[in-house]
Amino acid sequence: MSAVATNGSRELTKADFQSPAETRWCPGCGDYAILAAVQAFLPELGIPPERTVFVSGIGCAGRFSYYMNTYGMHGIHGRAPAIATGLAAARPDLAVWIVSGDGDALSIGGNHLIHALRRDVPVKILLFNNRIYGLTKGQASPTSELGKVTKSTPFGSTDAPFNPISLALGAGATFVARTLDTDKQHLPAMLRAAAAHPGAALIEIYQNCPVFNDGAFDALSEKQTRAANVIALEHGAPIRFGAEGELGVVRGAGGDLEVAAVATVGEDALMRHDAHREDPSLAFALSRLTELQGGATPIGIFRAAPQAAATASLAGDLREAQASFGVEGLTKLLHAADTWSVGA
Amino acid sequence: MSAVAKGVEERERVIVRFAGDSGDGMQLVGGRFTDATAALGNDLATLPNFPAEIRAPAGTLAGVSSFQIHFAARDIVTPGDTPNVLIAMNPAALKANIGELDRGATIIANEDAFTKRNLQKAGYEENPLEDGSLDGFVVRRIPMNTLSQRAVEGMEDVSARDALRAKNLFALGLVSWLYDRPTGVTEGWIEKRFASKKAVLEANLAAFRAGWAFGETTELIDVQIRVPAAHDMEAGTYRTVNGTTATSLGLVAASVRSGLQLVFASYPITPASEMLHELARHRAAGVRTIQAEDEIAAAGMALGAAFGGALGVTATSGPGMDLKAETIGLAVMLELPMVIVDVQRAGPSTGMPTKTEQSDLLMALYGRHGESPLPIVCACTPAQCFDAAIEAVRIAVRYRTPVILLSDLFLANSSEPWRIPDVESLPTIDPAFAASNGHEPFEAYARNADGARPWAVPGTPGLEHRIGGIEKSQPSGGISYEPANHQLMTDQRRERIAGIEVAPLLVDADPQAELLVLGWGSSWGTLRAAVRRLRDGGHPIAHAHFRNLNPLPANTGEVLAGFKRVLVAEMNDGQLVRVLRAEYARDIESYAITQGRPLLAAEMERELLCRL
Repeated sequence: MSAVATNGSRELTKADFQSPAETRWCPGCGDYAILAAVQAFLPELGIPPERTVFVSGIGCAGRFSYYMNTYGMHGIHGRAPAIATGLAAARPDLAVWIVSGDGDALSIGGNHLIHALRRDVPVKILLFNNRIYGLTKGQASPTSELGKVTKSTPFGSTDAPFNPISLALGAGATFVARTLDTDKQHLPAMLRAAAAHPGAALIEIYQNCPVFNDGAFDALSEKQTRAANVIALEHGAPIRFGAEGELGVVRGAGGDLEVAAVATVGEDALMRHDAHREDPSLAFALSRLTELQGGATPIGIFRAAPQAAATASLAGDLREAQASFGVEGLTKLLHAADTWSVGA
Repeated sequence: MSAVAKGVEERERVIVRFAGDSGDGMQLVGGRFTDATAALGNDLATLPNFPAEIRAPAGTLAGVSSFQIHFAARDIVTPGDTPNVLIAMNPAALKANIGELDRGATIIANEDAFTKRNLQKAGYEENPLEDGSLDGFVVRRIPMNTLSQRAVEGMEDVSARDALRAKNLFALGLVSWLYDRPTGVTEGWIEKRFASKKAVLEANLAAFRAGWAFGETTELIDVQIRVPAAHDMEAGTYRTVNGTTATSLGLVAASVRSGLQLVFASYPITPASEMLHELARHRAAGVRTIQAEDEIAAAGMALGAAFGGALGVTATSGPGMDLKAETIGLAVMLELPMVIVDVQRAGPSTGMPTKTEQSDLLMALYGRHGESPLPIVCACTPAQCFDAAIEAVRIAVRYRTPVILLSDLFLANSSEPWRIPDVESLPTIDPAFAASNGHEPFEAYARNADGARPWAVPGTPGLEHRIGGIEKSQPSGGISYEPANHQLMTDQRRERIAGIEVAPLLVDADPQAELLVLGWGSSWGTLRAAVRRLRDGGHPIAHAHFRNLNPLPANTGEVLAGFKRVLVAEMNDGQLVRVLRAEYARDIESYAITQGRPLLAAEMERELLCRL
């Protein structure tokens, strides 16, 4: 347990966020890396475990809340954003995190996800995307690529996958980022940025499932291929990648985003990433790059819109109003109609 | 016209039904008449009845909307079976309602609306006002369109359209005169309601006054009827209230008496949406309402709020209950307080969304997978919804459990006078949040004498814990697949609910009664009225009515054993009767109807008579 600092506030450590429950993910599961990163990151927020809540859905990712030594609820399939919305509405003083997977968030719980984003509920959503159903033992998920052969798609998946970043941006999300389970620098950076965001923040975390979809993100995580396949998004910086930075993102003649050789178009033609733009169109276009050009994948913050959380539908704390309403307020309310008296 | 000398007749009780097209403003007129009647001090009960379509084709039977009010000089308990007076604003309204009138009843018809086209739309080949088919009724033909328009003659701002639309106020004025209702209440309302639309205000006021003046002067109606103020109402301050408002206010009261913030999440559905509308107005009381994206989310939000230490409530009707089932099951497993209000309507599926029924009892009891018992409370009258809401919260908080509160469409929409309670007299509800003892590890599923576990809310240091849908080990709260533990938890969940303290079943019995009629929920008034009638006829009988359906009152078996015959009357296909037969293994008779309407006192009188 943590020591109590002399000024009365505790010095928080990673151990404060580690629950005694035994972790039961498969050996080599990406969830271990994410858990370790989250536990190591949280102390820097200075928010003690008792004011932190993890709400999760069903699936391998859903077990996450049991492993955090915070308040936590392991809910039902797909409904974590709804449960967390109610919690956040009642308790604006808490730091509320949601842990979900691609099946949980995008299939059975798709409706709750988009509405939590639309309402800009002050919750941080960690979407573990392994592009497969793990806990039910290997069926295609809504992010499985076309043609993917799984137990439920022996002839290859014929359903087009969701792009979670595009989906979130389409739902009006004010903070959207993507990172990798094994990236020890980038993942905490994304957590930090999400935590600093006042409204709803969604981080898609590419997560390896060693049993049912092993190596799905190797192209992005392996040293040899990483530079060619990761487009690192940094606010204010030109968008370029490749081992020598030889490629970049430019606006094409039709206004679309395209990958081009820097040598051909010149450095000045490169698009500068602006995550703070009010208009999410460019962020959306960036999220489509992978789909359209079948290659490199943007990683980082697509959108972190400066927005007034006060306009969010759940803004404000009504607990004070509740406390001061009391017997007097209730008496007035019950009599707030045409009344008449009978007898003495 | 010169004033006509009118006779005055006194009656103890009267039933009036306003009927017209959905667009004719019948619900508005009914509401105004109710307020004037309440102001006069009559006891009253109302029955609004309207189609699901917002604007069904004008003039058709499908578009008929009606509002019935029963008012009396003594305590009454139902909106009445058959109207003494029907106000028919068009042929369809006459056709849709004539079957429910006894011969001798009065029909006040808007003669102007009985045009060839309207008669056709209603399916009349001949004009019933002229073909003798209404012989046996007292028919008053009044050209309301013409008289409403004439009333505004000379008013510059008022269009012919405004004048025509005010014909419902003309009818209200006429009926207000007929029953000598005070005019100030209605006129004050018109002035306030239409303050921003001067032309409409003037047209409505003129039409209302013209209706009254017409009653005073017409030779068509020679008697004014007076129903004196009720003499047997308990002393106190009263207001009218419908079940929707009473339930909502009960929840706010429970919030005040528990100190818990009310978080109310719901998805629009008829008829439960009205609660969202009502509660959304009470931010000053700290009420947080959320219009959820769907029924499932609404339940999840209420449960999430409960985890945070708030009073989490969701409300829905029929189909919404199906969708909430999984979340309610989670709440059973989490053992958190939560209230689910089910304003029942006729099912299955969409069924008849604007018609009443009591057919969700078995679903409330058993409609979840696994062994998942929970308490069920029901409301018996519109005003009693207030107490039922507080009772639901009391049980939820004390026993840490989701509670289903069964109301129904009839209760939700029907109004009656309500003696406003003294707030200090309402029960207090102690959330008894868990506090850390500073050294021992927190046990999330340790149980108290009630079998309830601690409600440990986020923000409390030292009580950090994880709960979820997976079976928990007692008392630690860790995940457990142990066979013996699952048996123990199943037993605990059952025993905790079975052991909830509820008030005993009260029996209103004549000493020689051999027949007990049992009901639950909104049929209370009808059964009471039927029992009164039997007693007036010298027949001994007994009546008992359930307000708690799970657990049933502890004396239920004893009550059943005290009578030779027991009849359960309910608006479903025989649900409570099945529960009682199963629980008490005795022969119990059933009278069960599913016609989308409340039970009628006369039909229950017949049913009971033939069993005596």
